[in-house]
Amino acid sequence: MTNTAQTIIGIIAEKALLEPADLTVDTRLDALALDSLAMVELVFALEEAFDISVPFNANEPGSEEFDLSSVAAIIAAVEGLVSQKAA
Amino acid sequence: MPRVVITGAGTINALGHDVASTYEAFAAGRCGIGPLDIPDGDRLSNRVAAQVRGWTATEHFDLRGLSLYDRMTQFALWSAKQAVAQSGLVFDEPLALRTGVILGTAGGGLGTIDDSYRAVYAEGKNRVHPLTVPRLMASAGVSHISMVYGLRGPAFAVSTACASSNHAMGLAFQMVRSGAAPVMLTGGAEAMLTFGGLKAWEGLRVMSTDECRPFSADRNGMIQGEGAAVFVFEAYEHAKARGADILAEVVGFSMCSDAHDIVMPSSDGAVRAMRGALEDAGLAPEQVGYINAHGTGTKANDANEAQAIRTVFGAEPPPVSSTKAAHGHIIGGTGAVEALACLMALCDGVIAPTLGYSQPDPLCPLDVVPNTARRARVEVAVSNAFAFGGLNAVLVLRRM
Repeated sequence: MTNTAQTIIGIIAEKALLEPADLTVDTRLDALALDSLAMVELVFALEEAFDISVPFNANEPGSEEFDLSSVAAIIAAVEGLVSQKAA
Repeated sequence: MPRVVITGAGTINALGHDVASTYEAFAAGRCGIGPLDIPDGDRLSNRVAAQVRGWTATEHFDLRGLSLYDRMTQFALWSAKQAVAQSGLVFDEPLALRTGVILGTAGGGLGTIDDSYRAVYAEGKNRVHPLTVPRLMASAGVSHISMVYGLRGPAFAVSTACASSNHAMGLAFQMVRSGAAPVMLTGGAEAMLTFGGLKAWEGLRVMSTDECRPFSADRNGMIQGEGAAVFVFEAYEHAKARGADILAEVVGFSMCSDAHDIVMPSSDGAVRAMRGALEDAGLAPEQVGYINAHGTGTKANDANEAQAIRTVFGAEPPPVSSTKAAHGHIIGGTGAVEALACLMALCDGVIAPTLGYSQPDPLCPLDVVPNTARRARVEVAVSNAFAFGGLNAVLVLRRM
């Protein structure tokens, strides 16, 4: 697992009040029962950790280009934004 | 108990600098939302707002006033001036001794806070304007109105986030009805379109980046506004005795708390607030001809509020509109400006539309008076305010 993935899993676990070991890349976010405040805190924590800007509007969480459906999707989306930043 | 009537109204908001121009904009379906013009605005991701334009404070206040008044206070004073003028009241003793002021504001003098923080943090200055504290106080608008008119009765500011104005007007109503004061100046003011204020809202991720579309299936969040509205609430017998023109009667008020969540609304709280206000007014739901919704344009508020309205008013609720799509969400001042839409419906028989509406949402099964104002004879109007943190305040007004 990459450092990026480990960091992201740590952030998600913290917001879900779980241990990182409780999560896998296949874990779906809806299974973590994050409320709306935890979701915006999660997005903020990802932005701060990777110095990226995540397009996320709590009014249309499913319609953004940033896929928050699972741990793997979040890792891919963050890696995408990080590589865009580097480009 | 004394009946309570409204004998004066004043406002400034993105639609106009007075009541007449605001009504005109409501009736024409004009939207006050546009590109935001503030310092550092290019660093915001949400760059549209319902900003008050063409406001030149130097035309309204002397140098002493300009150094003392935050933009929020300026809006409050200008609105109060219109309201007092319309009421025709002269505040001599003993009236002045018992007349008070209650205004709602969520942020207080936010522009002053923003400017002083920018000076010490960003610009590295070691001093700020000496009147920073009296400018930023949430109660500054109340104090200055009381001083300008010599009003020496009960005076204070109310802060309940987006319900501040409705709580303020509800308390003023209760104060006049109880006989504690014959006249109260009340309403609310907000000037939150500052870089810091908007950055904070941006963080919450509930703002739209284009327009406000309350109750529409494609709604994507709220748009901030700014401004104020102030009303003269007066005991009916007092107004009648002096031959005053009466705009409408305030007949009911209710407030309650969800005790549920700091941002998510609860249908139960909204239901209890609306039912409580109608009960206070001694009116049945079918007597209501217009509801001015809280209608923020967020997914959560609008669906919750629509459900609550259907619970209280049944399968055929009266027309409902959210004027926030026109004047923006004025936060602590919003209920006051929205009370103007109720007054227009009662006095002029015109219901202000819900702008930006394109697609019905099955979760919001309401007649939202989409996009175009509507003629209707309205006897009773209800104004909803449901704040973050579950603080609900609902007013009921009746045609005279």
